[in-house]
Amino acid sequence: MRFSVVFIAFRRLRAPIITLVLIFAVGISGLVLIPGADENGAPWHMTFAEAFYFMSYTATTIGFGEIPRGFSANQRLWVTLLIFASVVGWAYLVASLLAIARDSAFRSAIEEARFARAIRRLREPFYLVCGFGETGALVGENLDRLGRRFVVVDMNPDRIDHLALMDLSQSAPALCADARLPEHLLEAGLAKPQCKGVLALTDDDRANLAVAMAVRLLNPQTPVLARAESAAIARNMASFGTDHIVNPFERFGAHLALALAAPASQRLIDWLTTPPDATFVPSKPPPRGHWVVAGYGRFGREVTDALRAQGLDVTVIDPDESSLPGVRAVMGTGTEPGPLRQAGIASAVGVVAGTDDDIVNLSIAVTAKEMNPGLFTVLRQNLQASSPLFEAFQADITMVPSRIVANGCLAELRTPWLTQLLADIRARDNAWAEALLEQLGSLLGSRTPVLWRVRLEPEFAPALAQAMTGQIRVPVGMLTVNPDDRTHRLPALALGLARDRVFRALPDADEHLQLGDELLFAGTAGARRAQSHLLSDAGDCAYVLGG
Amino acid sequence: MNLEKVVFAFFILLAATLNGGFVYGDIDNPDHHSQWEFFAALVVNIIAAVLKFGDRTQLGAIHLATSLVACLQLSAAALLWFFAPTTAAGTLAPADMAEVVSLAAGALFANVVSVTLMIVETARQRR
Repeated sequence: MRFSVVFIAFRRLRAPIITLVLIFAVGISGLVLIPGADENGAPWHMTFAEAFYFMSYTATTIGFGEIPRGFSANQRLWVTLLIFASVVGWAYLVASLLAIARDSAFRSAIEEARFARAIRRLREPFYLVCGFGETGALVGENLDRLGRRFVVVDMNPDRIDHLALMDLSQSAPALCADARLPEHLLEAGLAKPQCKGVLALTDDDRANLAVAMAVRLLNPQTPVLARAESAAIARNMASFGTDHIVNPFERFGAHLALALAAPASQRLIDWLTTPPDATFVPSKPPPRGHWVVAGYGRFGREVTDALRAQGLDVTVIDPDESSLPGVRAVMGTGTEPGPLRQAGIASAVGVVAGTDDDIVNLSIAVTAKEMNPGLFTVLRQNLQASSPLFEAFQADITMVPSRIVANGCLAELRTPWLTQLLADIRARDNAWAEALLEQLGSLLGSRTPVLWRVRLEPEFAPALAQAMTGQIRVPVGMLTVNPDDRTHRLPALALGLARDRVFRALPDADEHLQLGDELLFAGTAGARRAQSHLLSDAGDCAYVLGG
Repeated sequence: MNLEKVVFAFFILLAATLNGGFVYGDIDNPDHHSQWEFFAALVVNIIAAVLKFGDRTQLGAIHLATSLVACLQLSAAALLWFFAPTTAAGTLAPADMAEVVSLAAGALFANVVSVTLMIVETARQRR
């Protein structure tokens, strides 16, 4: 593999090298054969050594000027021919070399060799990102911000170029290849122990399925996060134990349903999943009443199901669907006032523009808003590039599939147990979420929380683990005592406790901890720092426990 | 008939025959060893080596190695000829001649291996 570059080069250079060797051989022969004359006029022949030396500096156009003796007319004629022949020979060789350098097979061989070396030298944990479209780029950017390394496999060279232009703090090796083929995954370091996870984020469900399957078989310990836009593929992935499947449409449907049924739960989830450096803007809960859904594709179907499950009245506008079981449908495109009026836009409370064309979606929303200014608008944004238009329109909810997938993956990678907590929040009722929101709000104000995991093991919490091996019982609440002043508490809250891989939300403050427990905390960055002192500093730990 | 194969076999064989022709004769008698034959052997050996470039198979690698050995031996002999003092008659002293010829004889051995390889390869394909 490594020598393939050299082999390709040599193969192509055979003809020019042989040409040059022949020119040299003929030239040297002539120089030796053709007689010159010495000072006394006696015939004189060059030796092979002299001829080779003369040939070397003449053929390379260096023209050293040092010749053994003045040439005879015959010799001069021969040398003139040689000069032209050798220049052509060298030009042929140089042209072949340049052609090789420009040759795509040669270049990709070089790229591959470089990539293989980068992977071999990668000693830190890394994630393998398959598919570097909008979603992959978003995930990559955030992984880099979190200080994690990643490796990219994508078959579109434009996207690899895009990666090269991204402003990353650490280099991300990229391979331009089809991720569906297992050999490329192995080349990208799938079998390396440093590979912490694989993200299958291509826009092709079947490719993601192939990646998930390959990882399951080739490196079963590595977690797989896969994007799946069709329910059948998602079920298929789940059947062989894909760790985390993100279906943006289904996820958005669930989001909308939860926002209708339990607004506080949805607000809590939004708040917990906002990236730490972003400002959290609580979204307006969607109103109850009559809804118009324009575009009945994968997205429209999920949204319609979610709305109807909440007992809302829905009318669908779609160019192909004239009759749908149980739903009132209007044929048309939604960009024109006619079908919108027919769908009852005047009396509706909300409109969903959910086609796969961004301009059509904006057009639907603008037209609908003109006919009924009080409408709640839900917009599907397909391309990141359309962002300026969507920001200008300011829909009540803008659904960006790539962002949903990226956030879903990142929440999982950034904070273990967060997914379990979110599932728990969805399962509980609105009042529970409201209480938790209030509790967190009193600790943090309007800031977005920092989430972190604490592992009660000697390796990660040496001081506390030391204390716990003695007879001292440590309750959960002890971990939020301020180590600078034990009468005060840190602005942090234990959101969950995992014992023996089983997760429970909101443990009691006086519940006793055991070695090996894992806790999920939310709080300020300062609280996280103070807590790390308490966990690792024996003095701080003793001070807190002594109280 | 494959022209490329003909050219390949031709050069390998020619490299061996020229080399053999040069070595043949009394080892230290300059009259038995033609300078021209040596020159031709060196050039043909270099061409044979270049022809073997870029074959990734195991046999191809050994082929290339034998040619590289022959070129190295002959280059050493050429350098020796280059630097050795010539006698009044314009030929080498018998001791120097013997050294040049023995180096060339080493190259001949490598060339014989190369020819054998070629024959083995051909015989295997026939089967």
